[in-house]
Order: sequence, then structure tokens, then C-alpha cells
Amino acid sequence: MTASVVVTGLGITAPNGLGTKDYWSATRVGKSGIGPLTRFDAAPYPAKLAGEIDGFTAEEHLPSRLLPQTDQVTRLSLVAADWALADAGVRPADLPAFDMGVITASSAGGFEFSQHELKSLWSKGGEYVSAYQSFAWFYAVNTGQISIRNGMKGPSGVVVTDQAGGLDAVAQARRQIRKGTSLVVAGAVDALLCSWGWVGLHTSGRLSTADDPGRAYLPFDERAAGHVPGEGGALLILEAADAARARGARVYGEIAGYAATFDGREPGLRKAIELALTDADLAPSDVDVVFADAAAEPELDRIEAETLVEVFGHRGVPVTAPKTMTGRLYAGAAALDLATAFLAMGEGLIPPTVHTDPADHYGLDLVGTEARPAELRTALVLARGHGGFNSAMVVRS
Amino acid sequence: MSGRRVVVTGMEVLAPGGVGTDAFWSLLSEGRTATRGITFFDPAQFRSRVAAEIDFDPYAHGLTPHEVRRMDRAAQFAVVAARGAVADSGLDTGALNPYRIGVTIGSAVGATMSLDEDYRAVSDGGRLDLVDHAYADPFFYNHFVPSSFAAEVARAVGAQGPSSVVSAGCTSGLDSVGYAVELIREGTADVMVAGATDAPISPITMACFDAIKATTPRHDDPEHASRPFDGTRNGFVLGEGAAVFVLEELESARRRGARVHAEIAGYATRSNAYHMTGLRPDGAEMSEAITVALDEARMNPTEIDYINAHGSGTKQNDRHETAAFKRSLGDHAYRTPVSSIKSMVGHSLGAIGSIEIAASVLAIRHDVVPPTANLHTPDPECDLDYVPLTARDQLVDTVLTVGSGFGGFQSAMVLARPERTAA
Repeated sequence: MTASVVVTGLGITAPNGLGTKDYWSATRVGKSGIGPLTRFDAAPYPAKLAGEIDGFTAEEHLPSRLLPQTDQVTRLSLVAADWALADAGVRPADLPAFDMGVITASSAGGFEFSQHELKSLWSKGGEYVSAYQSFAWFYAVNTGQISIRNGMKGPSGVVVTDQAGGLDAVAQARRQIRKGTSLVVAGAVDALLCSWGWVGLHTSGRLSTADDPGRAYLPFDERAAGHVPGEGGALLILEAADAARARGARVYGEIAGYAATFDGREPGLRKAIELALTDADLAPSDVDVVFADAAAEPELDRIEAETLVEVFGHRGVPVTAPKTMTGRLYAGAAALDLATAFLAMGEGLIPPTVHTDPADHYGLDLVGTEARPAELRTALVLARGHGGFNSAMVVRS
Repeated sequence: MSGRRVVVTGMEVLAPGGVGTDAFWSLLSEGRTATRGITFFDPAQFRSRVAAEIDFDPYAHGLTPHEVRRMDRAAQFAVVAARGAVADSGLDTGALNPYRIGVTIGSAVGATMSLDEDYRAVSDGGRLDLVDHAYADPFFYNHFVPSSFAAEVARAVGAQGPSSVVSAGCTSGLDSVGYAVELIREGTADVMVAGATDAPISPITMACFDAIKATTPRHDDPEHASRPFDGTRNGFVLGEGAAVFVLEELESARRRGARVHAEIAGYATRSNAYHMTGLRPDGAEMSEAITVALDEARMNPTEIDYINAHGSGTKQNDRHETAAFKRSLGDHAYRTPVSSIKSMVGHSLGAIGSIEIAASVLAIRHDVVPPTANLHTPDPECDLDYVPLTARDQLVDTVLTVGSGFGGFQSAMVLARPERTAA
């Protein structure tokens, strides 16, 4: 039983655009959302740039009672879910509650909220810790709050696989739809831009310390020296293709294939791609564009580039990394790439990879600073998580 | 639904009261408790000062100094349990295609103990708003993103298949195993090393649960502090631990002559969509999860021999759950023994679901229903057979184990004696 699972709604919160319309109009023309970090004073830290979401006022979108109990990541998630449902033309109240689920990925939970409460604990005492801390921090918070806000009682869950999580959550959602759930809100949003989160991100050893936003995050470039963190991500509405058609829904495309592997003696990325293509019943030559993980760390770039050349041949497929405009959004990144892939297929336009001057020796056909028109039927999205996680997802228009 | 059936062929438990499956079963079958006054830090400032702590020496369990240095305590538990489970299974993982072996590790709160310490250091005891990266632990990133737990286990057992942490609050330990079962059934993996871990006994956790009065203040009598289904219950006792299983497809397990501990016959999770910490008294969503899990197992409610309850010992949970059992099992709920091992090993958040699966497997193996310790005072709202104080010898072929968690998650799993279903 492998019913086709389609995407019918997108909810996007990104540093270069809030909402699908703003995000895509910025992304298609290469407008970056990376700039000096303003959320707190970055002067003491080696990394000073970030992809911050500007102009997001939670009060405009959410009831006031939710504000004291939520971190930025949960507020963004709730709004992204609202937008995705609206985009899909779905009113959750009209559907049977047990037929709707929520599956998200998270990297580090509501980290800013927890920094505040830990400060209360250690500077004042345990009695000053918020009654909301017990759930505002933990990794399941976004799924729980989205399910409550929308009355969704079906199979729900949370996966944590660092930056591969955005794809893993969508794959788990597809699994639940194949087992009979009608609709799943799936994807990931991450937001870690507090000083404690910033320190956490630094300990990955992979942050760019450049101070010029145009030279900070340069995947597949000789100058690659780490990435810029961002906040945001995307939530998608997944439905069974038959059900979506029956209700006359607009369909962005299909989640056609997926696989996940873990690095061992050799990197597992190639195997993930091959298994995802097999799952989609497609050959490498069917793939029209690859959304790269684009770590901008020389060893990781080398592995990804070699893998793509092995699978697709020398300059064998257009490759792009629109995350160069947002910074890496951790679990949110791959979910946003997935949403972007659907937008790209819809317009027939591969979004650009900004700032990077790709090194020839990688052998990639990297779409540069100008978007490239192309007939796009099939896209491959790649994501890698710290420690050895690889995920690959194939989507079809 | 595919015909692939999933069985447990290896397991290892690290629970309060003794590391290892045998020590765990002794504690449960003898009805002893492992709750005590907190020793990890001075709990004087907290309302609740009891916990179920493990006396755990990582070096005694084969971890190297590097492993101990880079891993949070919960990751250490997971790796020790995973190695133990693989050894118990007799599986030579090195002889298998590593891409067909996956890992799922449940955890509700990740590396809480380390993060609490990390924060304290970089903020200089909460003094600094702009925390100082010069004082960050070099392995902070492993604490920051708890996917490191799955990564450590995957490396420890040589898995290169799908690997992840599953984090759905206090049902994580059921959901992690349920996720793994789905991967084997759909054909993505042949072997899953699946389980859960949590080591949350730290000041920030005590403060969190104090703030909502979820944990018991019964610190004058710590050995009897965890009192599920008792009329005097007033909150749960925080615990820690891990349980990890080797899951295999039944036919391939048989072909290699593996000892099959139990079949995972059915699983489902549902959400209450009601409140992040509150439960509606009717138990409708847990009941739905139970019904779907039974359907998947192709069993009638009357075929359940024992219910391993969530039984946290909060007022609302035990009531909610009792209602859910009646709603899903009907009159059979009154005839079925129900017990909570949290009375003995406390509530280890994301880990407990897997520890309770282990208790269920052992109940089947030994034909013994573990008791609910400290249950002396009946509660009129909890009117089922909770097996007070003393374990009960009876045939146990099938077990229903359930969990309920913050975020509204309600999960249920049905386990069955292998001969019963595999004939």
C-alpha cells in the first residue's frame, strides 16, 4: 500500500520573507536576509551575522494567552501552521479530529525561553521558574501547541535529527497518511537566536566568523569557512492524493521518495540519494534540480559534491542552495528547501545560490546568483545533521 | 498493511534499583521501591525532594573516558543499554548490511543535566545575560541537539540505516519503539535498535515540575513517595534510566534461530488537542489509541491479560487513565490486572515508555504481573484491579502498555507472547 501523498499547503517563515509570497518574491531574485545580528549584542562572540526574521509581531497573529507560554520558535511554528492550513484551504474544525496529525522536527526546542528560566533558577531560585517552562523548552512543544490550536488528535510526533529533521518529519507524516490519516501538518521551524543558543551553535565549530554578509556563507566556494545561522522554516500540509483531488485542492506536488542513512566507514549521503530515488521509482536522469545541503565547510562540501558527481555525473544536474539567502535554519532548513522546491517547480525557475563563487574542481553545475528558468518536474532535496545524519527526499510536480 | 511482523530479540534495562534486566525484574517482582531523597544535588530549595536515581558507574559498564567526557548521562545510558541489547540478541551486527540497521532513541528532555550545568557555567551562575562562550563545554553541541543520542547509539552498534531521536514528551519511549516497528514493517530496515533514555534529575527539572505541582512533596517518606492509584497520591516521583531493544522481522529472526522475547503486535499514538499539561477526564484520546493498537494487533479487548499503566501518581493522570481503560476495554477492564511500575522506579519521562515495554516483556516471560507498590488507600475514582503491593503469578500472554505525556500525547502498545501469535 503506497498511496501517493501530496502537498497542498505551505506556511513559510524565513529571514528573507515572511509568508510564501514575500519569501518567494525575495528568493527568486536572490534577495538575502542575512545581516548583522541584532537580537542581542553579538560583539563578544566570534560570529556576528545571522538570518533574522524581521517584522514578525506575534501579537498580530496569536491570542495573547499564548504569548507568555511560548518561545519564538513556537510562535513562528503556530503562525506557519495557520498559514499552511489557510493556503491548503482547510478549516480543521470541519474535519474529524482523529484524522489530522502534526509531525515536526526540532533541533533544540524553545531555547530562549529556557535561557530566561534558567537565569531565574540560578540567579534567584527555583520558585521563580515559570510554570510554562515544563513544556515551553522541550522538543515536542511545537507539535503539541499546533495540535491544540487546531484540534488535531490524530497520530502526531517529533523527530530530532539535527538538520536532517525537516525531511524526516515529512517522511514520517507521509507514513501516517499511507496508514490512513487524512491530513498531517509536517515540517520544521527552528529559532535559536538568543545568547545561550548562539554559544551552543558556536560549539558546532561550523559558524562563519566573517562580518561581511556577502562573504560569510559560501558553500562550494574555495573560501568556504562555515555557515551563518538563521531562524525560521516551513510547515507543509500533506494529504493523500485521492483525498486532495476529491476535495478539489490545489496540489503543489508529490512526496515521491525518501530515505535516511547514517554515516559509517564511508559517508552515507550517496546511499540516501540512491534509496530515495529507488523509493520514488526514478532514475538519476529524472532529477531536474538538487537542493543541496550546502554546509560551506570544506570537508562536508567535498563529500556532497563528490556524491552528486558520482550519482549524476560531472555537472550532471543543476544544483542550488537558496539557504545562502537565509542562513542555515537547522531543522527548519530542509523543510524550507522542500517548500522552495515546490515553488520552483510551480514557476519553472531554479532559485539562485547567492554570494558563492563555486570552485571548478567540485564539478557541480551550481546555479549562481541569477535564477535559472527550467522545466522542473522532479527535485531532490538533501539535508545532513551534525554527527552523521543524511536524508534525501524526492518531490514531483 | 504489509505482512512483516516485528519481534523483540534483545533487550537491556538501566533502571533505578539496579543496572541490568535481572536487577530490574527482581525489583519489580519483589515489589521493592527505588525512590529516595535526592543525592545528586542539594534539593532543599525545592518543593519536591525525592527521585528515583540510578547508582551508575559508566566505567563499570565499559564506557571509555572519551565516551564519558563527550556524552550526557542520558546518552551514556542509551549506549550501555544498546550494547547490552545487541549482546542479548546474539546478533552479529557486523555481518549484516549496515544500511538495513536503524536506530530510534526516545527522549523527552534530552541532555537536561548537562544543559543545566552548561548554562550555569557560561552565565556564571545566572549573572550574565550575554553568556560567555569561553566557558562553554567543548561538547556543548551534543547537549544542545539531542540527536547526538541516536548518533552515539548508531556508532556504538554499527548502524547506518535511518537513525533518529523521537521526542514526544512522556510517550517518547513508546513512540520511539512504535516508529521503529513501522520502519521494519514497511521494509526500510530489517533490524532496529530502538528504545529510550532520559536523565532529567537536575535543578531545572525539579523547578519546572514544582511550578505546576506535578511532583510529590512527600519527602519525609521517600521510599513510599510514588503512590499511583492510591487515594493519598499527590504527584509523581522523577526518575531516570533507559531501555533499549533489538527489533527484528519475525521470519529473519527465526531463520537465525534467535530467541524471540515478544512480538510488538500493535501500536498507536493520538493527541488530546486539549492542553499542554492537562487531561480531560474522559480519556477519549488514550482510549482511541488503545482501540487502534488492538485493531492493528487483531485482538479483541478481552484478549488482554495485563495492562501496564502509565500510572504516574498525579491526581488527574490516574483518573484519566482509568476512564480510558474502561472506555476501550469495557467490562474487561474490571477483570484485567492493571499496575504501575512507576510506584517502584519513578517516572523517567521519555525513557519510561521503553522501560515499561521491558516490564511488559518480562511479565510475559515470567508469567508474573508486577505490582503497584505503596497502594494502600483505595480511591473511589480508581476502581480497577491495580495489583497492590505484591506481584501476582498468572498467565500473561498479552500486555497492553500505555503512556500519556505533556503536549497531549497518548500512546498504546500491545505485546504478545511469541508462541501465541507466531504459531
